[in-house]
Amino acid sequence: MSVLIYAENAGGKFKKSTFEAISYAKAIAEQAGTNLVAISIGDVAPGDLTALGKYGAEKVLNVSNDKLKNFVNQAYASVIAEAAKVQGADIVVLSNSFSGRGLAPRIGVKLQAGVADGAVALPVIEGGKFTVKKTAFSGKAFATVELTSANKVVALTPNSYKVVESAAAGQVEDFAVETKESDFKAMIKDIVRSTDKVSLPDAEIVVSAGRGLKGPENWGMVEELAELLGAATACSKPVSDAGWRPHSEHVGQTGIAVSPNLYIAIGISGAIQHLAGVSSSKVIVVINKDAEAPFFKVADYGIVGDAFEVLPKLIAAVKEYKASV
Amino acid sequence: MMKILVCISNVPDTTTKITFTDNNTQFNTNGVQFILNPWDEIALARAIELTDGGKGTVTVINVGEASTDATIRKALAIGATDAVRINAKPHDAWYVAYQVAEYVKANPFDLILTGKESIDYNGSKIAGMLGELLDLPSVSIIKKLDVDGSTATVEREIEGGKEVLTIPLPFVAGTAEGVAEPKIPNMRGIMSARTKPLTVVEAVDVKTFSEIISYETPAPRGQVKLVDAGDPAQLVELLHTQARVI
Ligand SMILES: Cc1cc2nc3c(=O)[nH]c(=O)nc-3n(C[C@H](O)[C@H](O)[C@H](O)COP(=O)(O)OP(=O)(O)OC[C@H]3O[C@@H](n4cnc5c(N)ncnc54)[C@H](O)[C@@H]3O)c2cc1C
Ligand SMILES: Nc1ncnc2c1ncn2[C@@H]1O[C@H](COP(=O)(O)O)[C@@H](O)[C@H]1O
Repeated sequence: MSVLIYAENAGGKFKKSTFEAISYAKAIAEQAGTNLVAISIGDVAPGDLTALGKYGAEKVLNVSNDKLKNFVNQAYASVIAEAAKVQGADIVVLSNSFSGRGLAPRIGVKLQAGVADGAVALPVIEGGKFTVKKTAFSGKAFATVELTSANKVVALTPNSYKVVESAAAGQVEDFAVETKESDFKAMIKDIVRSTDKVSLPDAEIVVSAGRGLKGPENWGMVEELAELLGAATACSKPVSDAGWRPHSEHVGQTGIAVSPNLYIAIGISGAIQHLAGVSSSKVIVVINKDAEAPFFKVADYGIVGDAFEVLPKLIAAVKEYKASV
Repeated sequence: MMKILVCISNVPDTTTKITFTDNNTQFNTNGVQFILNPWDEIALARAIELTDGGKGTVTVINVGEASTDATIRKALAIGATDAVRINAKPHDAWYVAYQVAEYVKANPFDLILTGKESIDYNGSKIAGMLGELLDLPSVSIIKKLDVDGSTATVEREIEGGKEVLTIPLPFVAGTAEGVAEPKIPNMRGIMSARTKPLTVVEAVDVKTFSEIISYETPAPRGQVKLVDAGDPAQLVELLHTQARVI
């Protein structure tokens, strides 16, 4: 018995959500009274692999195979499931990232395992039962799911578990795999990364704006504030529908669900579909000129005022704060 | 002739305020309006575009009880050619995927589309599970889909960017925004939907791997603390010293 964590990298570097997932997997392994094995696929520097020990991985399986340099959903799922079998891991943990959401169901089928996607808390392992809390109804609720199968797959929502250090050996081993031709039908033609920006699902701070901003030409202020705070930018649905911002920024029930430490909503009314995607943010700040805007009902802090007057002052205040620390 | 299968789910309307009954073990469907899952509308719209002008057919499939027929008819009104309902309560993602896979094994398709996720259980699981069960490639969250002969080009969402892939048909993909604009049924569509074939198939026995034990809603937040519009510096101070998020 052991717990296997898939340590996802982006362009050869482990991401914060990976460290969260390892910390989470370590806590599960402790609860289950077993050890944690990590698996990394692709080109990651040896030092970075060893560093996974810092978060509790006893062993780090390294798969470096030319064909597996870039993410191939089908092939990666085969490798991870194979590793779980070889290691005798009955619990596989991964991040509920875009790639993780492609992998978890395939690994689940291969291992005949129940899959808890979008987990937001540590599982409870008690009296032979394994239950875990996950988001449901697009953030409007949570469901506690029991995985009744012998094997289990758990995909952790980014930003919902803190990175915790707990020293372990982090012994790196090469893990050789035989790849199957039929796993490589999907071929990558191009990867386009906008490297200068914080990605929305991973962001700890999100600065989001709605129709109250009047037009795309006014997003300079939003971007400036986001940059100062190291935040990702987001928007409401009508804003991306109108083409003011890309669809990838659309937050809500029919967009992306986020759970940052801080969500700043500017000129967004707070419709139920928008709130669904942001309700698990730790702190919500609302800036809206209408004191009756529904968003204020779920906000921790608010400013009733015109965004065009408030934002420049807020930007100045953040600059001043940053200069003082 | 391209044969496309679109998996559709029947979900509570996006305006639904979610509540539970029976000691928080059951979703309270009382007064809830059910709709075609918004992501599935996108999949359906793209399937119709790809087969337009006699280039193929679009079958919609749902694992559900008779109560989902209205949503299936809606999909037919939007433009699906025919529909299949596998008559069972959709127990969990594995159960649903297994039923659909069994159907597809007997009735092959060139392309299988699902929504990116269902807005009730948000699993994003059916596409990947179907891919695995049918030994086909799967891409769980796509934002663009073009088909040229027997090969498709898709764009997949990744953190802070996108990935462009080419995949030979058949494969499974879960559609997100950008793939197509949802279509609204017109009068002719609504009329013809009544007579389009809706085949009801009995479910096969399959064991299940998960069980929902209980539900809860997010803890309510305290009263909002308002800061004067003229003094955003006070907000920055509060976020730093009180909320400790910056
Ligand atoms: C099926 C369905 C799914 C949906 N899914 C989503 C979703 O996922 N995400 C989403 O966001 N929406 C979604 N919506 C849309 C949602 O219902 C709302 O229409 C939308 O969220 C409103 O966007 P908004 O707040 O930007 O615009 P509005 O509702 O127009 O609100 C603009 C706000 O800005 C304020 N304002 C105006 N001027 C200023 C100013 N100068 N300074 C400060 N404040 C100002 C106004 O007081 C108002 O509160 C969905 C709708 C449907 C039907
Ligand atoms: N009961 C069902 N019958 C048919 N297809 C479904 C069903 N439930 C979900 N799906 C499909 O699977 C997609 C993803 O659902 P989920 O894995 O629940 O997030 C949905 O967008 C639908 O396309």
